[in-house]
Amino acid sequence: MLTVATGNKAVATAVKQACPSVVAAYPITPQTEIVEQIAEFVTSGELKSQYIPVESEHSAMAACIGASVTGVRTFTATSSHGLHYMHEMVNWAAGARLPIVMANVNRALGPGWNIWAEHTDAFQERDTGWLQVYVGSVQEAYDATLMAFRIAEHESVLLPVMVNLDGFLLSHSMHPLQTVEIGDFIPPIRLPHAIDTAHPMGYGTLTGPDQYFRLRWDIERSMRDSVGVIRETEREFAKRFGRRYDAVEEYRCEDAEVVVVAMGTLGKEAEVAVDLLREEGVPAGSMRIRWLRPFPRLDLSGRDVVAIDRDYSFGFGGVIARSLAATEGAKPFSVIAGLGGQEVTYDDIAGFVRSRRPGEEYWFGVMPDV
Amino acid sequence: MYEVRIHSRGGQGGVTAARLLALAAIRDGKYATACPFYGAERRGAPVVSYVRIDDRPIRVYSQIRHPDLVLVLDPSVMDVVDVLSGMKPGGRVLMNAGEPREMKGFPTCAVDLTGIALRENLVVAGSPILNTPVLGALAKMGVITLESAKMAIQEMFSDMRNVAAAEAAYRELVA
Repeated sequence: MLTVATGNKAVATAVKQACPSVVAAYPITPQTEIVEQIAEFVTSGELKSQYIPVESEHSAMAACIGASVTGVRTFTATSSHGLHYMHEMVNWAAGARLPIVMANVNRALGPGWNIWAEHTDAFQERDTGWLQVYVGSVQEAYDATLMAFRIAEHESVLLPVMVNLDGFLLSHSMHPLQTVEIGDFIPPIRLPHAIDTAHPMGYGTLTGPDQYFRLRWDIERSMRDSVGVIRETEREFAKRFGRRYDAVEEYRCEDAEVVVVAMGTLGKEAEVAVDLLREEGVPAGSMRIRWLRPFPRLDLSGRDVVAIDRDYSFGFGGVIARSLAATEGAKPFSVIAGLGGQEVTYDDIAGFVRSRRPGEEYWFGVMPDV
Repeated sequence: MYEVRIHSRGGQGGVTAARLLALAAIRDGKYATACPFYGAERRGAPVVSYVRIDDRPIRVYSQIRHPDLVLVLDPSVMDVVDVLSGMKPGGRVLMNAGEPREMKGFPTCAVDLTGIALRENLVVAGSPILNTPVLGALAKMGVITLESAKMAIQEMFSDMRNVAAAEAAYRELVA
């Protein structure tokens, strides 16, 4: 059905259709509408889930872990400070190989106190063993949430998945939303190491220096295997529902001599900048990174790269720019823009491309215009 | 792309007006997005919402700087906000007022949404509802069709007085 919905409503609607047995959550701006909407679905009987209102995000993830280890589907949502309050449990969820799905509405960290879009919150969780996808529209928030359950619960993955959407720009923007009949797109969950009272086992026990590294390698092996599972899931989604997704969304890249690499809504706005530049005769393209973990390969050879980071790793650089340098040997013009919801328009992005200085870093709004 | 900027005060329903307009445009077979600009809102403070309508999917998320249409739900915000800021050449204004007023040469339409809401007894918690009747005025201006306006209103509100108010605004718009 075609309707109009916010990103938060789109996520909640997908969760209703995926029908998790347990949802444990704590409200935080700009995510609150997700868990409010799910609570309404549970109250009205549209969603047959156990909804556990908890006293903190740490407890929200702990409750999801406790439920998930019994072998049932679980979901939670958070943002920014809430995500970091649950940080210990975020690590635990991945280490315990629990396919929990979480929506994170990307928001800056205080102080200065700020509720607007930034990716640093989720980027700081990038080494936890969670798969992370970042969406660029309300429709994609819905589609990615549906796919997240299938990917997380796949026997070759069994790792948690975080679906990221930009605070306000997506969480509170209203876009067309085409919902689908999911049928058997998400198979029933089967957790091989679920608690079975008939066959008691130890969970989370001390693991010595002679064994621990094997568990870490096992996470990495599944992370590598997830590349194929993601591809297969996105293909199956396209086949059933007609909307196509890839790890990286390329736009007018075939003959591009300069590409803008960005994430989330900035990655969509960059497409408009590309159209503008093409009209001026600049052979530009854009690549929107959707999956941060597992980190995708990008075809950047022989091209200038303008990397826009809505994040920062202090004393190091923009995470995307530095990642492209590490994985593809790129020397990007690294633009730090959009922090804490800073307004960045397609005109601004076109400007970054026109006056790019490969290898240098540029803070939009701080340094003199390039 | 057709861009609409809505000026109102917190609690007057500007965000719902944006949502209704986007939904009506979608029912017309167009693409549309609506985004409220979230700042430190509180009841009564001037607020802005944006609606974009296009024949193609919309990829712009930044704020509207050059609107085709400015909708002023509460003319008192004009004391503190320059509602004509960045107006596109040929842009139009729609105002909640009995008579159009001079807006620096931009064609201005007026309709007494507050009066219509009071007449139709569309009052919630002491405030007249402006965001459903305004869809009728927008239909008269050709931004959406009246049929889609009524469809959007009925999808979001079951009370048929909202539709009656929109029809009244359609009839009573003064150009």
